Amino acid sequence: MSSTKYILGIFDDPDDLMHGIDKLQKNSVPIYDVYTPMPIHGIDAKLGIKDSRLGYAAFMFGCMGGTTIFTLVYYFLVHDWPMDIGGKNFFAIPDFIPVTFEWTVLFASYGMAFTFFFATHLFPGRAPRVMDLRATNDKFVIAIDAKGNIPHEDINTILKEAGASEVKHNDRKYVSYE
Amino acid sequence: MASHSESIIREPLITGNNITYGQITDDILRPVENMPSKAWWIGFTVASLGALLWVVSISYTFWYGIGSWGLNKTVGWAWDITGFVWWVGIGHAGTLISAVLLLFRQNWRNSINRSAEAMTIFAVICAATYIGAHMGRPWMALYSLPLPNQYGSLWVNFNSPLIWDVFAISTYFSVSLVFWYTGLLPDMASIRDRATGLRRRIYSVASFGWTGSVKTWQRFETVSLILAGLSTPLVLSVHTIVSMDFATSLEPGWHTTIFPPYFVAGAIFSGFAMVQTLLLVTRKVLGLENYITMFHIESMNKIILVTGSVVGVAYITEFFIAYYSGGEYEQYTFLNRFIGPYWWAACMMYGCNVLMTQMMWSKKVRTNIPISWVLSIIVNIGMWFERFVIIVTSLHRDYIPSSWAMFYPTWVDVGVFVGSIGIFFTMFLLFIRVMPSVAIAEVKLLLKSASEQAKKKQIAEGHLDPAHVEFYKDNLIKFDSIDHSEYEKA
Repeated sequence: MSSTKYILGIFDDPDDLMHGIDKLQKNSVPIYDVYTPMPIHGIDAKLGIKDSRLGYAAFMFGCMGGTTIFTLVYYFLVHDWPMDIGGKNFFAIPDFIPVTFEWTVLFASYGMAFTFFFATHLFPGRAPRVMDLRATNDKFVIAIDAKGNIPHEDINTILKEAGASEVKHNDRKYVSYE
Repeated sequence: MASHSESIIREPLITGNNITYGQITDDILRPVENMPSKAWWIGFTVASLGALLWVVSISYTFWYGIGSWGLNKTVGWAWDITGFVWWVGIGHAGTLISAVLLLFRQNWRNSINRSAEAMTIFAVICAATYIGAHMGRPWMALYSLPLPNQYGSLWVNFNSPLIWDVFAISTYFSVSLVFWYTGLLPDMASIRDRATGLRRRIYSVASFGWTGSVKTWQRFETVSLILAGLSTPLVLSVHTIVSMDFATSLEPGWHTTIFPPYFVAGAIFSGFAMVQTLLLVTRKVLGLENYITMFHIESMNKIILVTGSVVGVAYITEFFIAYYSGGEYEQYTFLNRFIGPYWWAACMMYGCNVLMTQMMWSKKVRTNIPISWVLSIIVNIGMWFERFVIIVTSLHRDYIPSSWAMFYPTWVDVGVFVGSIGIFFTMFLLFIRVMPSVAIAEVKLLLKSASEQAKKKQIAEGHLDPAHVEFYKDNLIKFDSIDHSEYEKA
């Protein structure tokens, strides 16, 4: 049995990469992941990645922020220490709108960004799980789990035919751990 | 998808022949991966000296108190708030470019958004230093937060625009920071994967372990879009609230309902001018002419022209309303701008902001780099004077003639202001050394659709309306980064 863990199809051009994904899928070769230096629209649909739900997270965090500050201001200025300003209403809702808006935006932004970092495992100090170092520069990489996907030669041919400039057989899953 | 070709009549966003994805990375990372040039060192030395002046002036202020500034009991707010509003205004362009232009799908933002966002963050830092500084005792800044305290919890006054401002500026800074840093992650990963040793470790931590997998990219784009949607009303709210610091008072010259839109337009105006000032130099020094093209420069000049004209209309409205209101104090304030002792400040304000920018109606001016650069500086100066006129000229003569006074800045006032410019440039110069000054991934997106070489290929393939091709070629004449001889032959 070969020691290959992942087969990488390395492309120079995003259109060839899309072609490669189609070819692999036509031949029922499951794709592990695709690494690109920039967002390529359409891959997510091909690989069956569902639409992001981060928008809902942002909305909920926004509601939380707005409610939090509005409740706090209500407590401060209406309940705990009402200030008589020319006999005006203590519960001056229009005056509370600016800070409510700011905290809605603040909570929505930070809540969503941190949900994104959490859900995609991004945090300072995380070891980068990179399969090919050029995937953040100028190469477009399709990774195929070698286990169970045999014969490897067929996959090589499919990738080459689709326009891969290089096919690599990695013995280690991630090269960046060295 | 990447292969969609763009209409030929649109001007290219990336110029040059044989640009590859690798070349884009190389070009943009050159200042990060190599030793700095002589020009950088000269700039950095001058900027650091400015920053040093700031440290000295601020230390002096904190040691001797606010009395070391030229304030008096009539003009109790002068260069400090002028500098604050000026810097916050400058910050607005970064968010405008990164958020509003993203929502409008303006692809030309891709190569200028990163440095403009960085500029936003540094400008807001400079603005925030004034908030701390004008308190004289900076630890008192704590009392601007709603914290339980020894007065039996007398809370901050949420009816006051000054407290709204604390919330607006801090939120604006925080959201800009997260927007900017999230966008930086993929590009930091590009540096990481090309580096070795300690450098690699540092960028590895900084890039949060970014890999560029399909799912991260998809989520990344969602996050960018929603952050843009959130930042857009945020940026409008920030300068609206800054303007309310003045507009909710009863001071003639401040008590004006037009202030919020007027301030927001002015902020965009001055911000784009500062972006222009920085980018025209950055593009030259870092050799980014192929990515920040004449189209970008002209587009920014057009925005400066539009917002400058909006500001001009606001000025005229102010004068008309002063006349129409029939209020003698209001009328005097506006008359005093021209016939009072600060007439020269008003001349600087109206001359620089309205008259000079009207020159940009001419395409020759818009596409001339030295003139654009000078005009951008003139706008920066004009916008500083706008705030000075609104603040000092209004305050120095209001209701009671017996308390009329003049404001004379001390060296500390000047030092804090000039020093803050030094702080700003020091941070900006450090930024272009350690982080990619252009969003690499976003520029790569344009290569196959909006680059000069892609358009050339389209022309070579034929199938295009010759009139459109002619139109396209005519548009290329203004570009300084294109080899025009190729087009003359064809």
